[in-house]
This record gives sequence, C-alpha cells and structure tokens, in this order.
Amino acid sequence: MGAVTEQNRTASARPPWMLVVPALAGLAFLVLPLAGLLVRAPWSTLPERLAEPYVLEALRLSLVTATVATAMSLLLGVPLAWLLARVEFPGRRLVRALVTVPLVLPPVVGGVALLLVLGRRGLVGQWLESAFGITLPFTTAGVIVAEAFVAMPFLVISVEGALRAADRRYEEAAATLGASRWTVFRRVTLPMVMPGVVAGAVLCWARALGEFGATITFAGNFPGTTRTMPLAVYLALETEPEAAIVLSLVLLTVSMIILAGLRDRWVSAP
Amino acid sequence: MTLHARLVVTRPAFTLDIALDVRPGEVVALLGPNGAGKTTALRALAGLVPLSKGEIVLDGHALHTLAPEQRPIGMVFQDYLLFPHLSALDNVAFGPRCQGASKAEARRTAAALLERVGLAERAAARPRQLSGGQAQRVALARALAVRPDLLLLDEPLAALDAHTRLEVRSELRRHLADFGGATVLVTHDPLDAMVLADRLVVIENGAIVQQGAPAEVARHPRTDYVARLVGLNLYRGVADGPRVKVGELLISTSERLEGAAFVAFPPAAVALYRSRPDGSPRNLWQARIDGIERHGDNVRVHLDGPVTAFADITPAALADLDLTPGQTIWASVKATETHAYPA
Repeated sequence: MGAVTEQNRTASARPPWMLVVPALAGLAFLVLPLAGLLVRAPWSTLPERLAEPYVLEALRLSLVTATVATAMSLLLGVPLAWLLARVEFPGRRLVRALVTVPLVLPPVVGGVALLLVLGRRGLVGQWLESAFGITLPFTTAGVIVAEAFVAMPFLVISVEGALRAADRRYEEAAATLGASRWTVFRRVTLPMVMPGVVAGAVLCWARALGEFGATITFAGNFPGTTRTMPLAVYLALETEPEAAIVLSLVLLTVSMIILAGLRDRWVSAP
Repeated sequence: MTLHARLVVTRPAFTLDIALDVRPGEVVALLGPNGAGKTTALRALAGLVPLSKGEIVLDGHALHTLAPEQRPIGMVFQDYLLFPHLSALDNVAFGPRCQGASKAEARRTAAALLERVGLAERAAARPRQLSGGQAQRVALARALAVRPDLLLLDEPLAALDAHTRLEVRSELRRHLADFGGATVLVTHDPLDAMVLADRLVVIENGAIVQQGAPAEVARHPRTDYVARLVGLNLYRGVADGPRVKVGELLISTSERLEGAAFVAFPPAAVALYRSRPDGSPRNLWQARIDGIERHGDNVRVHLDGPVTAFADITPAALADLDLTPGQTIWASVKATETHAYPA
C-alpha cells in the first residue's frame, strides 16, 4: 500500500513537459550567448588587450558615469517615489504613468528628446548655457544625464513598491513618539524600505552601465569623455571583433560581480 | 493632567460619539466588543484619526488641534510596532531623541527605563529577538520615555499567550499605578479591564452603554454584552414591588422596586428538574434545552422559553437528569439569588 501511494505522489509531482520543454529552451536561449562569448574569447592575448589604455579609459568612464547617475537617481528618485506612494494629489496616476514612460521608450528617442530640451538650442539647454555657461550634450555630464534619464524609473518603481508594501503603522508609532514627518522618513520609513532602495539602485546602476542608445544620441562618442563600454564594444565590433569580445567580457564580469555581491547581502529572494 | 474629551468620529455606516473624563493617575478602560469603536476612540485621542466633531482637552490645553507628534502622549500599540531596525535601547531612546535630547542623554533615559521594566540585559537585542512579554515591556518603556501626560494602551495584552499574560498583567498594573498622568486603555478582555482599570467605560456601537467602577459594573450589568462578560443572566422588565415582569414571566426578587428595572442572577443559581417540583415558592418556568456545553468544571445548559437563560450544573447532575437538547424541562431560581436594580 505504501509503495503505491509513494508512486502516485511522485507521478503527480512530475512537472508537465508542456512547461518543462519551453522552460529549458528559454534557459538555453539566455545562457548560450554568454557561453559563446566565453568560448570565442581570445584567452591567450587577453592580459595585454585588457591593459590597453582605451579599455581602461572606457571602463573607468562607464563605472564613474553609472555610479554618478545612480547617485543622482537616488537623490531625486527616492523623494519622487515617496511622493507617489504617500501623498494624495490630483493627477497622481498620470504622474506615475509619466515616470514609467522612459522604461518603455526606445532609448534613442529618449536621447533625441534630451537633445531637444537640454541641447545647446534646447528649451532648458539654451538657458543653462547663457545663465551658467553649462553645456550638457557631448560631455561626460551629458552621459550621466542620459543614463539617469533611462535608468531612474527602475529605481522609482522599485522604491515606490517597497513604500507601498511597508506597514504604515510604524510611521504612526513614530509620530506618537514626537517624530516630525521628516524624522519619520529619515529614521523609520527609509531604514525599513532599505532593501527595496538597494534593489532599485542595483537595477538602476546595471541599466545605466549598459546604456547605449540615449548616450550615443545625446552625448556622442568621444574617447575619454563620452565613449562608455557599450559604445566602445559597438565601435570595436566593426574594426576589431576580438577587442569587442574582450570588452564585452569585462562588462559581463563587472556586472556579475556587483550584482552577485549585492544579491547575497540585500536582494535575497524571500 | 485631567483629560476631558468628547470624541465624535463619523464614518459611512458608523458613528463614534463618546465623552470621556480621566483624572490624573486614573486608569480608564474602554471595554467593548469588536467593532464597537474603542480603538477608533484611542486613535482619535492620539490624533491618528481626525475628529469629526468634539474636543480633547488635557489640563486646560486643547489637543485636538495638534498633530500627533505635538501631543504630550505615549502610546502602546496592540502588536507593539517596535522599530525592527533598531535595538530595544534605541527603540526606547527614539522618543527622547525626537524631543531634542542628545544621543547620549536619550540612551541614558532609555537605559534607566529598560532597567525599570527589568530588561536592562536585553538592551542590545533587536525586536525580533525578544519574546512577546519582553516586547510588550519595551513598548511600554518606549511610550513612557517621552514623559507623556496621557498614556494610551491599545489591547496591551492581547498578543500574549495565557501564561505570559498573567505575569505581564500584574507587572503592567504596577507600572500604571506608578504613572502620574491619565491613562486610557482599550481591551475586549473583562479580566484585563477589571485588574488594570480604576473605571470601566463600556462602548457598544460607538456609544457608551455603561460606566463605573469595575466591581459596580460586574454587579449591575446593563447590557447583554456586559452581562455575558461578567457571567450573569440579565433581563430588563417592569418592577411592581417584589416582582419584575419580564415578558410573560413574573420574577420574584428580594428587592422592592417600581418601574423599569433589571433582574440579574448567576447561571449557577438556576436549578433544573425533569418534572414540576412542588413545595417552596420560587421562580419556576418551563424551558426547552437549546444546547449543552462544557464550562470550566461544570456544564452550561442553554435554555429557551419565556426567557433565554444559562444554567450551570455539575456533570453529575447532568447525568442524573439525563438531559438532551430539545428536551423540555423545568427551571427555577430562588428569589434570594436574584438581584434587581433600576434600569
């Protein structure tokens, strides 16, 4: 009797092939290109290629701009997420929809839009230049702006979700202890949604690191100032495919290290 | 530190409207069934629920115009709501910090309070490492740390298991006795209310139905809810001398009253018979058994008839009488065991 029950249990526990086959195909589809990159990598000449100045230059530029763009997104995006999650105001749904537009917008279109507004003859750009002498297009600052434009919505969505899921009664408890709304935010709300903020920042950083379309459109492709890793990869592919593979490997490794490191600490699945 | 409040909170399908006066050092318990509005009343006192009408005056100062963070209150929440990212010490130090104390000063205050509730050695623990009873004590210390004039406690013992509850209840009673301000606590447990409070305010459907000293409320219940809480059969009728007419039934009582009156008697005072007993004059009626259940060491028999009543009998009596639900029997209560009072 026991054996029969055991058999029945195993039979019903077997996952249906209608799901397993496409699942495995999907897995292969995602993993094979990365494996291809590793297989075709010019391992023998790797060290000297890595040491070439333009690689280090592009890598440094990418890391710096992605990090600054993430910092900028945190500074502006967390308050925006708080506003969307905590304050009732007319048109809130519309604002939330607007915030998510850059998520679905083709990055090139985002770059064009940025040029129209922040370009030398743009609505805001004109004023920035005449009033402060600041030009954004085709500068490193422009790269940061383009990356933040594309990547910030990831942070806002993630933080807003965390804020909505947080138990607001803790904020009430803090208020009964005499905490002003700013103190409540700083000492209770923010620490409690910190995992969501970190997860959002990681997503944001990864998106900024890989940004291509908006960057090349708004900031151009100048070595040392605006040529980030993705741009360098694209350029190398046309002239020297092996260099493109090396650059891709570097980008892949950096992303993996950072994401894995943060994942263990902060964004572990429940 | 006298509290004088009239709280009106209007919601669709529900209105809370109560007046509340609490003297310094007095502990008032809001007692009532779920959904009666007692937690709403407490949250209104704290400023977490806006008043639709009314006022909250503490020592001559209006509180209802102030935001929660500006009110001189301390609140203990039902599930404590200790900040999970702070240690027990920093949870207690949170209030003093908000009031402008330096970090060191706030921690000194917090350490002294933790000492007072007997948790000095758990100061560094995070809330999730504390037991239910310890968390309750940290929550009390946190509320007292802001030196409130008005202390609010929402079901302070509801989240504890029976054994811890007993211990924490007597401890809480001691701390409340030491507290000089006004205390309002909300509970649905009559025992908590009787032990902790100087005065009970019973709320049903958003209104006060009875208030008074615990012993007074226990002896003279005025609603079915309170009667059930204190374990009495309660009827409302019209008195005419030594008798009270309740529906079809005339109940003889030891008191003499006129007009609207309550009659109460304990379930243990009800005697059951299979056939009509003869002899001594007493209240006697025919009833149908509606249900039988265990009640402590005894058996509680639910009776339907001219009046619904509970009768508590011993398991031996149950066996002797061979009672089954649906059966018709005779029930009687001695006049001396009843208690009548004006409605």
